[in-house]
Amino acid sequence: MADGDTATQPEGSTNGAAPARGGNPFVPRGVGGDGVGLDPTAPRALHANPSVVGSSQPLAISAGTPSDAPPVLGAGSASVGSPRGKVRIGDRIFLALTRGASGFVVLLVSLVAIFLVVKSLPSILDDKVNFFTSSEWSTTAGNLRFGIAPLLYTTVAISVLAMILAVPTAIGIALFITHYAPKRVARPVAYAIDLLAAIPSIIYGIWGAAVLAPHLAGVQRALYHLGGFPLFKDRNVPTGSLFDGGVVLAIMILPIVTAISRDVFERTPRENIEAALALGSTKWEMIRMAVLPYGRGGVISGAMLGLGRALGETIAVFLILSKVSNFSPSIFSGGETFASKIANSASEFSNPESTGAFIAAGLVLFVLTFVVNAAARMIVNRRKDFT
Amino acid sequence: MTATLTAKPAPASHFAGPSGSRRFKNGLATVLVTAAFLVALIPLVWLLWTVISKGYHVVTSASWWTESQRGKTFESAGGGAWHAIVGTVEQVALCSIISVPIAILVGIYLVEYGRGAFAKVTTFTVDILTGIPSIVAALFIYALFISTFHGARAGWLVSLALVILMIPVIVRTTEEMLKLVPNELREASYALGVPKWKTIVKIVLPTAFTGIVTGVVLGIARVAGETAPLLILVGYSSNTNTDLFSNFQGSLPTLINDQFANLNHATGGTAYHLDANGNRVAGAVVNYAPDRMWGAALTLIAIILLLNVFARFIARFNKIAQ
Repeated sequence: MADGDTATQPEGSTNGAAPARGGNPFVPRGVGGDGVGLDPTAPRALHANPSVVGSSQPLAISAGTPSDAPPVLGAGSASVGSPRGKVRIGDRIFLALTRGASGFVVLLVSLVAIFLVVKSLPSILDDKVNFFTSSEWSTTAGNLRFGIAPLLYTTVAISVLAMILAVPTAIGIALFITHYAPKRVARPVAYAIDLLAAIPSIIYGIWGAAVLAPHLAGVQRALYHLGGFPLFKDRNVPTGSLFDGGVVLAIMILPIVTAISRDVFERTPRENIEAALALGSTKWEMIRMAVLPYGRGGVISGAMLGLGRALGETIAVFLILSKVSNFSPSIFSGGETFASKIANSASEFSNPESTGAFIAAGLVLFVLTFVVNAAARMIVNRRKDFT
Repeated sequence: MTATLTAKPAPASHFAGPSGSRRFKNGLATVLVTAAFLVALIPLVWLLWTVISKGYHVVTSASWWTESQRGKTFESAGGGAWHAIVGTVEQVALCSIISVPIAILVGIYLVEYGRGAFAKVTTFTVDILTGIPSIVAALFIYALFISTFHGARAGWLVSLALVILMIPVIVRTTEEMLKLVPNELREASYALGVPKWKTIVKIVLPTAFTGIVTGVVLGIARVAGETAPLLILVGYSSNTNTDLFSNFQGSLPTLINDQFANLNHATGGTAYHLDANGNRVAGAVVNYAPDRMWGAALTLIAIILLLNVFARFIARFNKIAQ
């Protein structure tokens, strides 16, 4: 450590600093003022930043190193600047406050996970049918028979449908804003798309159920006549099908996917764009060769964040989907998602056993969204390391 | 052909331009991209138009802003949204009082102190919080306060569930804004011998103030329209209840939900409807639920959009963000 420092900063060390670097615990008074030796953290901080040690203006020079941000400076100011040489009481209290708040948030999330598990486990263990594969749902106390298979199917199907509709549109809008529209148009367009995110989900719900779904009935009928495969099969639910829900969810997740795609498209290196254009490519070829490959990771993570939101969406789905008595895999059938089932049954939370069944559904939803979001974040963070 | 080549130095005879299929693809892409944008505008315009055109009758009546729905059915005219506005404002206010200080402190910790494992854990936790569905937050509060401590359903529990949803929004904005504060300001302060905490409180926070306020306002807008916690943690009441800690309480989202349930009663058999005083008036059955539903939706959208516009307005005064 000491040798390395001397090697990298040969001219920086003056007479006073040399013994301190050599591992001498008695730091000379000339370096950092009276207090340095008293504070165990201070010498380390100074060692980490040799320019401070070697200089007669410790604070001014340490300020010049961009990689060492506030913490090092703070330690320096506490020890070097303070006359008594110990961390001030105000600093301690403030650090404790901010750390306490962070600790509270960490505790909060752990509690969410713990409580969901603890409160649902007795009911899951008491379940008379298989929790994952059964399609029954009866939560009478003493005879619990519940399984999440149809809930899981409906939740995933409606969210994937929303993604299929939303992601290509979002990519289109993001490209329009970043590469096609003139600046004067692009700003209001971006603003309008952000407005979509500000509208509460219950309003999407009533609009989707009362206004949009009747209009979609025709589209649904056309698709039904188009193909005979199982996804498009029965149409005994003219309004309130998974299809209606998926379209509304697509509108709801459009802003977040657009925002993140826009962000990465905007950051495409100018050189790549110009290189593509200089080779004589058309605008579309430039986008396909420079912009889209560069933004792929961002688009994927944006899509997954949107998927996470769609999976957990409650009230819009609750208002739009109509319940059906017998399960069908068709997207033109109705059903219930995890979230809408729980919201629908708030009145059934009468005894711990039946409540536990719904909390178990909530737990699965929590795990599902957690996995999707964590994957999305991982992609985002990996990209950050790259650039 | 010549028009596309005027900008290029090479003579036209040497360069023929992109081939037909390439130009076709390019044109097709342009059309599709523009169409995607137009398609996205349809729901926005349609939705706003529906809410405004169907809701403004009710919202412009005086009783809407002063009366509750007490004793009103879908057949009887009159009544307002006062009870719901009171509930929403109270619940969101309590939620903000709890979330804002915590979230800002977490943001400060992550930017000013955060190094090492604990900071990484905190960042990760905030990421998880961002993705928690509102129904899961509501279930957690239910499991904790009602299942475990046998509390009663009341408005303050909704506020607690909203805290879980609001904290990550504010933490993220605070973080972004504090990162924008130039390091030179902190260093100048340290150089004058000012302690770190005082530097944060007197230099860093005031510099980032407008940005943080923007985050808080966006956080409020985010939770004001949340409905799932309301369904589970508090019952809907059509009477005005100003007490957050006991009894059911109305709120704008649940008012909408309540009216939605009555949407299809218009074809009931009775050949009268009720006027504002509850007297029977002969004639066709009139269903007031749709008007009220869209009116409440318009009220909620107006509040949230105003908050958003306000946030953007404040952001304009943010010198460091520009």
